[in-house]
Amino acid sequence: MSEPAALLQIEDLYKAFGALKATDHVSLEVRAGETHAIIGPNGAGKTTLIGQLAGNLRPDTGRIRFAGEDITALPAPARSRRGLARSFQITSVYRDFTALDNVALAVQAHSGSSFRFWHPARADQSLRTPARAILDEVGLGARADVLAANLAHGEQRQLEVAMVLATKPRLMLLDEPVAGMGVEESQRMVQFLARFKGRQTIILVEHDMDAVFSLADRISVLVYGRIIATGTPAEIRANPEVRSAYLGEEAEA
Amino acid sequence: MHAHARTLTIAVVLAALAAVPPLAALLGQPFYLDLFRRIMIFAIAALSLNLILGYGGLVSFGHAAYLGIGAYAVGILAHHGIHNGFLQFGAAIVASAAVALVIGAVSIRTSGVYFIMITLAFTQMLFYLGISVGEYGGDDGMRLAGRTRFAGLLDLRDATPFYYFVLAILAAFLYLVHRLVNSRFGMVLRATKSNEARTRAIGFSPYLYKLAAFVIAGAMCGVAGALFVNQTAYLTPAFMNWTRSGEIMFMVILGGMSTLIGPVLGAAALLLLEDLLQSWTQHWQLILGPILVLVVLFAKRGLAGLLPGAARNE
Repeated sequence: MSEPAALLQIEDLYKAFGALKATDHVSLEVRAGETHAIIGPNGAGKTTLIGQLAGNLRPDTGRIRFAGEDITALPAPARSRRGLARSFQITSVYRDFTALDNVALAVQAHSGSSFRFWHPARADQSLRTPARAILDEVGLGARADVLAANLAHGEQRQLEVAMVLATKPRLMLLDEPVAGMGVEESQRMVQFLARFKGRQTIILVEHDMDAVFSLADRISVLVYGRIIATGTPAEIRANPEVRSAYLGEEAEA
Repeated sequence: MHAHARTLTIAVVLAALAAVPPLAALLGQPFYLDLFRRIMIFAIAALSLNLILGYGGLVSFGHAAYLGIGAYAVGILAHHGIHNGFLQFGAAIVASAAVALVIGAVSIRTSGVYFIMITLAFTQMLFYLGISVGEYGGDDGMRLAGRTRFAGLLDLRDATPFYYFVLAILAAFLYLVHRLVNSRFGMVLRATKSNEARTRAIGFSPYLYKLAAFVIAGAMCGVAGALFVNQTAYLTPAFMNWTRSGEIMFMVILGGMSTLIGPVLGAAALLLLEDLLQSWTQHWQLILGPILVLVVLFAKRGLAGLLPGAARNE
């Protein structure tokens, strides 16, 4: 089963809520450097799966290995410190802090102890300089001193990605990065995310098929908690089971 | 700009407080010395609560516990003939920090209404403990055997030096809180209040940060308690009454949560208003209540939010 190139290995993961099998014996490997999309209709268990990968939910059985280490029992902060970084489906930034503060906090989380009680963090160039560089990289350099609450929706989503990048991730877990965006805005976001292709290992959970097919190297299809297919975009598009289970529903919606 | 306006406000408030003793003497109203010393002691208590409530989002409904612990530490030592201020205040700080560590370690594992209830329950336990220790006055309380003396330096029996001692501690704690909330530690604390899920996702485990803040706040309030028992010269379990916790919380909300000067303004406003209304009518709480409701409804950042330079997350 295990290839050396796999950065993340999900082994026989199982999670039920009462009679509902939200994650039904899922096994999956994410290779270093690939963009791996996970798609599935509403209620397929995508959110539950992400919760388990990020460390907010405990699976009933099964294992998650990250860079060879069993992380199944680790809480979210410990996973982040090992390089597994997530964005949220519903924008989750510090609304009452500036964009720069937001990113600087993410930098701070990965640069030594934060049990430092005296020196002003906002004057600490070892936090501010990298944070500024990342804001520039995601195109928010000019918006550094704007409160996150006052950023446009698309900018807030970019800020989330900036915070993910600031933790120097080995694996980016992006939960519906184009959710709630208009066509143009989501196209811009897709172009933006395309820049990280190949440079970063990415798990992309997404509802937007255009985004998925233009970004993903491989796609796994989740239906009723099960992975029914994994393959390249072309393979997935041609898979009859996927078409009936998922793409058909998409046409309805 | 904002920072300058804020520093100026704090300087004006501290200067005004420093002017109270000579003015009170000039007007022949020593009562004001007493009133404003009381205000500053509660400002210290409110300041400490603001650290966890305003900056940390921890709605502790039991902050009077530390006021009581600080007071009992001083009262008990005085009862046994120890009047040395360094020992008394040292004991007040250590004891209130230790109690905060225990209460915090348990309560911070919960959140929302459970957190409120657990902090309240712990404080009620201490309140009844105070009632049950007959040796130290029990239900009735006891006279403070003698006010604190800092050998050769300061004697809290002297009204004016006592006043300036309280003012100095208030100023020092304002500076301390300012440094704390802007440090790396403070940024994590405030970030956790703003969005805990995000804070965990970027790699912080919030529990220890909250607990550390809780202990620091407890220790600071313990100092307020040590001062308060010197103010009243009487030790009673009523210091730990749950209504007292509510009062301190009101001061923070009235003055402006997560603002540095807010708790000082809140303590002053509440106690001055109380004093004023009491002189008019015995039903003063009927008037005070609606005023508080109006402030909470219409001045979101409290009195501090009405000041020039008040804005955003400084």
